[in-house]
Amino acid sequence: MTATAPPGRDRPREPGAAAADERLLHTSTLKKLLGRPELGAVVGAAAVFLFFSVVADGFLRASSLGTVLYASSIIGIMAVPVALLMIGGEFDLSAGVMVTSSALVTSMFAYQMTANVWVGVLVSLLVTLAIGVFNGLMLTRTRLPSFIITLGTFLMLTGLNLGFTKLISGTVSTKSIADMEGFDSAKALFASQLTIGGVELKVTILWWFALVAVATWILLRTRFGNWIFAVGGGAHAARAVGVPVDRTKILLYVGVAFCAWISGQHLLFSFDVVQSGEGVGNELIYIIAAVIGGCLITGGYGSAIGSAVGAFIFGMTSKGIVYAEWNPDWFTFFLGAMLLLATLLNAWVRKRAEATA
Amino acid sequence: MLVVVALGVSTAGCSATGGKRAEDARKQAAAEGRAAVSTPRWTFAMVTHSGAGDTFWDIVQNGAKQAAAKDNINFLYANSDEAQQQAQLVDSYIDKKVDGLIVTLAKPEAMKAVVAKATKAGIPVITVNSGAELSKSYGALTHIGQDETIAGEAVGDELDERGRKRALCVIHEQGNVGHEQRCAGARKTFGGAMETLYVDGTNMPDVQASIEAKLQTDESIDAVVTLGAPFAAAAVQAKESAGSKAEVDTFDLNAKVATELEDGKLGFAVDQQPYLQGYEAVDLLWLYRYNADVLGGGRPVLTGPQIITGADAAKLKDYAERGTR
Repeated sequence: MTATAPPGRDRPREPGAAAADERLLHTSTLKKLLGRPELGAVVGAAAVFLFFSVVADGFLRASSLGTVLYASSIIGIMAVPVALLMIGGEFDLSAGVMVTSSALVTSMFAYQMTANVWVGVLVSLLVTLAIGVFNGLMLTRTRLPSFIITLGTFLMLTGLNLGFTKLISGTVSTKSIADMEGFDSAKALFASQLTIGGVELKVTILWWFALVAVATWILLRTRFGNWIFAVGGGAHAARAVGVPVDRTKILLYVGVAFCAWISGQHLLFSFDVVQSGEGVGNELIYIIAAVIGGCLITGGYGSAIGSAVGAFIFGMTSKGIVYAEWNPDWFTFFLGAMLLLATLLNAWVRKRAEATA
Repeated sequence: MLVVVALGVSTAGCSATGGKRAEDARKQAAAEGRAAVSTPRWTFAMVTHSGAGDTFWDIVQNGAKQAAAKDNINFLYANSDEAQQQAQLVDSYIDKKVDGLIVTLAKPEAMKAVVAKATKAGIPVITVNSGAELSKSYGALTHIGQDETIAGEAVGDELDERGRKRALCVIHEQGNVGHEQRCAGARKTFGGAMETLYVDGTNMPDVQASIEAKLQTDESIDAVVTLGAPFAAAAVQAKESAGSKAEVDTFDLNAKVATELEDGKLGFAVDQQPYLQGYEAVDLLWLYRYNADVLGGGRPVLTGPQIITGADAAKLKDYAERGTR
């Protein structure tokens, strides 16, 4: 059963596909297109892309775009489940360090047990999913805001990462597992490179696209997708019409944990050693990517494609500044300013769209 | 009336000493940045593991920029304390097809692939500061930095010379390999007993309180060795409030350390000359591009340890204030 009608089910097409004088014929398509959450982000992304194409020498090289896509995918893989969670009306501040935790568990379990690396990978999956379940259960049982619950998890995980790594490895980083059985096949899955037309593309880009596709299908084509919109729009109303609110929220946290596991494995297998103190602060970047992509902080509105566009804007900006050879002292200022501008443009486009649609 | 007040404020409000004016005068006197060579304008990029706003890396950059000005180099700099980000930044510079790369190997495994990629693309790489033992195997031309064990040993010898018996080694970053090596080196050559104290370097008041507590509980400690310039000041304050007789010594230098050396509040400092690490890295890349010269004979080029006492401090204070020591 459907609780609320999700926004347009059609895949978005290029803006301007319908010519102005044919608007009467295409009203429904255009209306749907203009109602899409990611429309503004697409315009913002195009603007950022054009900007750096002009000011940054070498930004348009194929190899540069490969680097930009890689940087975007690292954020994007996590921005997808974070966007779904935000549509469901909740936050996860532990997402950043969870990635590091996941990588640490794989590495240390495999090393200490002298087990095949794949055993570590699976143990890490279970542990990371358990952290997600913990977040979801704490939220639904205590009824405390997710901001508080996941802030607690974030701090605990930060401490556990350092404490356990010091305890087990004796230093702040894990020991190398590059010479262990299963490492190469796991590296192929999580951190390999594909060379397409002379451009090196990291496998994370494929993971990212796949996750975006799956999440979009869930949101727009499944009953669970409707539940996500419903619980984010209003938990009480959703419960009243029979939506399993608690189960939906727990599953959303498990989704974040699953993607944290993918990111964590990538972190481990691309470098084969993990620093225990990393990942702090990234959770905000995931949330920012989702918000630029059109997710509302208040829940009930957003899209997975939008989160991908948001991550792409972030990737383009952070690397574009390097290609443009701007003074690094001002890097974070530029980053913040670009993000604000992109989001403002996004909001402006959406307003215009709502006015014309 | 207003004009008179404004004039009065503007003249009476001036400081005859220090401030921006004195700084500008010093800068005037310093070397002008003009290219001294006629080689093509190459682009060199440096990517470090520094966090934002780090004094040490600011000095490294100043050295690199000075060498870049002389060698007609377009110098680019980027940093990130996240290993993955640092690797991505190097990637970006490889995409830009820079003519030379300078990287730190604080997190060597993360940098291995990108350094290999750079050398494969024909970009010469020089490693600085950290990663001496791996630099060569990763394919870098040479490594410029301080061997932390040797630096620690120098401290142990100096403490012996000063007749110290019980020393405290203050580690402000738990699990930092370089820090452990410094204390281990000092312990090796020091004739007396040496204890290690772990403090939280991101929290200065806590650093001071921890050292103070330690000095209060063990009054026989007669030397405190800190591993970074900012922590020396905290140790001096801790010593004063604990009423201890211990001598405070430190690794690295900044303007405050130079002043306190001069005032006799600090015993000695062990400097690794960060300016030299940046300057030499750019200069050696230039030499390699211009003349295929490589310095060091396959071994790291050491920029330290240099023991600095109150006698040298007066001269170095000015240099520290202008951000080159």
